[in-house]
Amino acid sequence: MSKKKEQFSVFDHVLVPKHEIVPDSEVEAILAELRVESKDRLPKILPTDPCVKALKAKRGDLIRILRKEPTGEAVYYRVVV
Amino acid sequence: MEFTEKQVGAIKFTLFSPETIRKMSVIKVTVPDTYNEDGYPIDGGLMDQHMGVIDPGLRCKTCGGTVHTCPGHFGHIDLVRPVLHSEFARVVAVLLKVTCSSCSRALVKKGAKDTFGELLSEDELLAQMKKTKKCPYCGAKQEDIKYEKPTTIMEGKRALLPIEIRERLAKIPDEDLELIGMDPESARPEWMVLTALPIPPVQMRPSIILETGERSEDDITHKLVDIIRINQRLDANLNAGAPQLIIEDLWELLQYHVTTYFNNESANVPPARHRSGRPLKTLSQRLKGKEGRFRYNLSGKRVNFSSRTVVSPDPNISINEVGVPRAVAEELTVPIYVTPWNLEECKEMLKRTEYPKIVYVTGKDGRRRRVMEKNVEELLAALDVGWVLERQLKDGDPVIFNRQPSLHRISMMCHKTKVLPGRTFRLHVAVCPPYNADFDGDEMNLHVPQTYEARAETEELMLVERQIISPRNGSAIIQPNEDHVSGAYLLTRKGVKLTKDEATRFLGAAGIYELPEPEKDGTYSGKKVFSMLFPKDLNMEYKTRLCKEVNECSKEKCPYDGYVIIRNGILEHGSMEKKGYSGLILEKLFNDYGPEVAREFIDRSTKMAVYSVTHFGFSVGLENYKLDKKTLEKINEIRDKAIKEVEGLIVKYKNKTLPRSPGKTLKETLEEQIMMVLNHARDSTGSILREYFGQDNTSIVMANIGSRGSILNVIQMAAFLGQQAVRSKRIKRGYKGRVLPHFKIGDMGAYARGFVGSSFMKGLTPTEYFFHAAGGRESIVNTAIRTARSGYMQRRLINALQDLYTDYDRSVRDADGNIIQLRYGGDMKDPMRSKKV
Repeated sequence: MSKKKEQFSVFDHVLVPKHEIVPDSEVEAILAELRVESKDRLPKILPTDPCVKALKAKRGDLIRILRKEPTGEAVYYRVVV
Repeated sequence: MEFTEKQVGAIKFTLFSPETIRKMSVIKVTVPDTYNEDGYPIDGGLMDQHMGVIDPGLRCKTCGGTVHTCPGHFGHIDLVRPVLHSEFARVVAVLLKVTCSSCSRALVKKGAKDTFGELLSEDELLAQMKKTKKCPYCGAKQEDIKYEKPTTIMEGKRALLPIEIRERLAKIPDEDLELIGMDPESARPEWMVLTALPIPPVQMRPSIILETGERSEDDITHKLVDIIRINQRLDANLNAGAPQLIIEDLWELLQYHVTTYFNNESANVPPARHRSGRPLKTLSQRLKGKEGRFRYNLSGKRVNFSSRTVVSPDPNISINEVGVPRAVAEELTVPIYVTPWNLEECKEMLKRTEYPKIVYVTGKDGRRRRVMEKNVEELLAALDVGWVLERQLKDGDPVIFNRQPSLHRISMMCHKTKVLPGRTFRLHVAVCPPYNADFDGDEMNLHVPQTYEARAETEELMLVERQIISPRNGSAIIQPNEDHVSGAYLLTRKGVKLTKDEATRFLGAAGIYELPEPEKDGTYSGKKVFSMLFPKDLNMEYKTRLCKEVNECSKEKCPYDGYVIIRNGILEHGSMEKKGYSGLILEKLFNDYGPEVAREFIDRSTKMAVYSVTHFGFSVGLENYKLDKKTLEKINEIRDKAIKEVEGLIVKYKNKTLPRSPGKTLKETLEEQIMMVLNHARDSTGSILREYFGQDNTSIVMANIGSRGSILNVIQMAAFLGQQAVRSKRIKRGYKGRVLPHFKIGDMGAYARGFVGSSFMKGLTPTEYFFHAAGGRESIVNTAIRTARSGYMQRRLINALQDLYTDYDRSVRDADGNIIQLRYGGDMKDPMRSKKV
């Protein structure tokens, strides 16, 4: 039972979009592109979120979410709080 | 205009200390009177001129200002005995509970205090203190403190006097207050027991002069008079050394007056009344509730340049227009800015003495003057660039038209004014759905934009023709309906031939003044006449509602004319019906040719359709639903067979031989199957009726083309109503084991549980009538509940979303600049402009 649990990855699920940690070097450019002065202005994501846990993201990390929607691909950013 | 950007960091509410009250007071009010016989404010009275003036000509004795410039100043009364502020009585009671009755220290163990505050939440701490029976400092035994509405605090069996309360509260040390959760700097608890009362400025409670010349004072002034009177009497009695009993009575009376002065609707207090018996409107009542300052004056602002009246239909105006009564058009105005380019035009306008005339002019000095016969010459001479003229509303002016409840953006749309005789706003019937309007007495509002920018914006964003497609799902919401569909169908049926004269009239009704190609015999086919409404390069092919879905579509050879082919703007095959006329064609026109073309199509085709439906004649009556004996018998046979079948099911159920459906109890299985049998029986009469009535029965035609009604409506009128349901179950509640006393206890048969075997034509039996009413009530209750619930949901959504906006980079942000969505809607897709799938 416990072994099975370890093998499961949230990203294998069809409904979970791709998540990735944005490298610090890119953060500045993204903030400029979105016209915000700091990461505080961006949408948030909880550190308890299964995707955040799986990525082992830390507080303050910027997460890029690549969603495939019926209307096309969408990029979304969230900051771990 | 200059703007200063400042952020509100925090708002702090504090209590007035008696010292503050006295410090800000400009006068001590001692006389319980307002004006003397000459109508002059009495010095030291409630209308003392130090507190501001309301009579023109007088000057404020504090600031020297006049009625217009003096903002008013507070006065005060010194209360000879303190009284509890009723709105704080509950807090005071809590404070007394958590402090020692003799030493006024907070009831917390010495030393434990520091850690306590951190460990426990404020509420928990207070709860602990309330339970403490012995003071940890002086060891005094704590008696039970009980709060009794409105202003009594009992210690054991004795009521505490406000003087004692004040003394105890004053003794609480600052550090203990902080522990309790109060800020001693801004709110010392003893300030909740009043020793001085601020008197609001005269401006806040102006007296009004009645026609009789009498002065009538504001309710608050009346209340203050009472307070001062009692205060004086109490003072006199105290000085005279009156018995304690009398003193206490007067004291209590003072407490009552002060309580009702703050809130005349507090619990367990009889409201203070006016001489006429009307309860006084005191401070709390001014602010509270729907008619209070907040909801009525601050959130609920009223606007100028608007109008409201009943709406009625007018199929002859454009969907872009709204018929405005002449009387309304004469009252509403539009500003015109005088420029070098329109100066001459403006002069001509100003000379007008009849309807579209100039009502007001505003010169460069900013003074607004009414245009009258005697000053028109003077104004004409002075008229110059930079003036603003206010012109009466005339044809073509964009206005915002609205019907409440304004649930979505298409509840407010821009219409072009069309001045008409009469007293009602006129509305094209095709524009009813977005407003959810009908003409049974509905009223609508009209607003006139007052700047060129606003006019352009309303027109560009809100014009009706741009809202033809609903943003909900990309299908048309402004569309030809009912008679329009019937008319278009009648005209485009197979084999409609019109003479030249008739064709001219049809086209003329739509405002088209050319004829299509005639047929070989010199007639004009209905399809070709209708085709004149299409753009010349329109090409479409689709299956209509008339399509019978036979094995193989015979396309243009369809016997029902159910396959539409439009080639180069000519309707070659198929008839118009709801799906094509109000849907596919209209949407294609909107998407491929633009809003103007779609609007023109609606305007013209509906006029032609209305002409068509009157030309061919189209009516529904009882004759539509009469059946002959044979058909009636056939239907009754179906019905009775179904009822037999139900009885059979019940027998099986009682014998326990009914096979149980998975996931259901036996009883549920039975009910389900009975419902199925009865509903199937009803639906199966449809084909018999269709066959009997034929395709020319107007009611059947309407159901087929989708203009009004459905085949179910026909069934219920001609055959029988079928099973009535409450919560999609057969009706079963009522008496013990039966719904009505007309049935046997335990009868589960069709008729005993809400089956209606009669038609609307035949009439319902009394029990059937009852069941029908029970079923009908459910839908009424549901709509009532739904509107209430969705209304509240909508309110909360609006409050949550009200300061979100789409930025120029198309991200959604809130007022602080936080990003809510990186792209509007996540994908920047507008359903209104997307292809339907």
